[in-house]
Amino acid sequence: MKRPGWFVYASLAVVLGAALFPFYWSMLIGSGDASTIRDPNMSWWPGGNFLANAASVINDPAVNFWRALWNSVYSSALIAASVVFFSTLAGWAFAKLRFRGSKWLLVFVVATMAVPTQLGVVPLYILFAELGWTGNIGAIIIPALTSAFGVFWMTQYLQQAVPDELIEAARVDGASSFRTFLTVALPAARPAAAMLGLFTFVSAWNNFFWPFIVLDRGDPTLPVALSLLQSNYFVDYSIVLAGVLLSTIPLLILFAFAGKQLVSGIMAGAVKG
Amino acid sequence: MTATETDAPIRTGTPGPGRAGPPPRGIRRIAFSHRLSRWDLKLSPYLYISPFFILFIVTGLFPIAYTAVISFMDWDLVRGTGTFIGFDQYAYVLGQPKFWVALRNTFSIFLLSSVPQLVLAIFIAAMLDQNIRAKTFWRMGVLVPYVMAPVAVALIFSNMFGDQYGLVNSVLNDLGFASVPWHSDAFASHIAIATMVNFRWTGYNTLILLAAMQAIPRDYYEAAAIDGAGRLRQFFAITVPSLRPTLIFVIITSTIGGLQIFDEPRMYDQFGTGGADSQWLTITLYLYDIGWGQWNFGRAAALAWILFLIILAIGVINLLVTRRLVRNEGSNR
Repeated sequence: MKRPGWFVYASLAVVLGAALFPFYWSMLIGSGDASTIRDPNMSWWPGGNFLANAASVINDPAVNFWRALWNSVYSSALIAASVVFFSTLAGWAFAKLRFRGSKWLLVFVVATMAVPTQLGVVPLYILFAELGWTGNIGAIIIPALTSAFGVFWMTQYLQQAVPDELIEAARVDGASSFRTFLTVALPAARPAAAMLGLFTFVSAWNNFFWPFIVLDRGDPTLPVALSLLQSNYFVDYSIVLAGVLLSTIPLLILFAFAGKQLVSGIMAGAVKG
Repeated sequence: MTATETDAPIRTGTPGPGRAGPPPRGIRRIAFSHRLSRWDLKLSPYLYISPFFILFIVTGLFPIAYTAVISFMDWDLVRGTGTFIGFDQYAYVLGQPKFWVALRNTFSIFLLSSVPQLVLAIFIAAMLDQNIRAKTFWRMGVLVPYVMAPVAVALIFSNMFGDQYGLVNSVLNDLGFASVPWHSDAFASHIAIATMVNFRWTGYNTLILLAAMQAIPRDYYEAAAIDGAGRLRQFFAITVPSLRPTLIFVIITSTIGGLQIFDEPRMYDQFGTGGADSQWLTITLYLYDIGWGQWNFGRAAALAWILFLIILAIGVINLLVTRRLVRNEGSNR
């Protein structure tokens, strides 16, 4: 196939520029001081204040940066691991095991995807308040431990990834159902599991609405901490944007290593969806 | 999990030739493991899907039903119970001018974000669909904004859209245009908020559409080229029609997401109340304010159900339109 002309590359470069510019902009502002934003002759080179601004973010007791970072890391990792495991388990059952009502149960799972989060937040809040869990990071982990999308995604994948002969062979060898799952399904599910894990991690990391409602200001996740940062420093955007950069760097690192997987995951999901 | 690690021929249930004439204990052992494995086969599927269903019932189904109950009540936060008052909360919410402003804002932001976003995504995907060098590099590049938290995106953009010193206004001034009041004019604020949504989601939708484009057989294009169709003609006559099912999928998902928008308008200024005149107050932002600003759970629950019904209605409309479009598509899909 013919290679396209310069026009295509030029347009793609513009798109890429637009995608990256906000990061550069937050670096420009985040490395200046409070007056940078008001400076009409603002330099297009980063200033030298980033570390000082970052220190303001990290040392601010109201923001709880380390606490927020740790909360984000471990809650997202836990949610991703749990969603991958339970989705593979359920996806395996829906894709390869025969049981009464499986078709309708799967339809039900898919239907739950359309239900907006807002519909349940009031009672969910009451429930966690009743348990004394408001302000506790567990309140954002527990409801996220499984996912309808994950079950659907794994069902789709395992349907074609595992030949029925393999399951029969395992059964003839006398493997129990769960052992078959461990030895046949889990290894076969690995590529889809990696993508599901990545997606779940990213969306758990970025989630805001429910954590903002239920988490305590003293024990936030990063997005909640950012929202506190803004109300504390709204006059000094250099500190706010330094905080934005700080909270985004972990995901950019993840993206540098796993971006290729994420891209192919989106592309693969679309063909089936 | 279960004790079936014997050599019992589970699938047939009859002893193989090598097992002829076993002692009685052996027969019982086989029968027992056989029964065990039958139970294993029958029960384990339910066991495997149960974590999802149990958790969904506790954190999904029960709250949804309970939201309906609370929406008919005057909820007392201190006692943790309510008194039944019927449809009063619904009437109250629907009677608030703020609700209608929020509804208008939500739709305005939704349209301003989904329409340009899809048009852009199709064109970028069409460019990525060509035989370009360094494919993976470009694909990853357009996806970078997707990993950024909406809260972070909102903070960066609300800075760029600053009324006085913002980047956008200074560029406009340099080009000889007047400054735009991004934080006081309703429509201008909707454009700014929609820009944040577009920034984060265009690349994601681009890749979904790109995947669909790559599934279009290349000989269609070759045939069109032989017939003398130019690139643009090919794009509108082959690419766009073949994308219809994927487009519909993208439209439905972005509708569901767009009608729930919260993060971006919440972070657009430091107060988070949707503007002094509710210029960019959205339904979910309003829900948060009623529930956790005014601490009125009955009204918040009623608003939650109203939002759900709106999403449901739009979903049904989407579905009907989808059916028609797909049927018109005929043999192409």
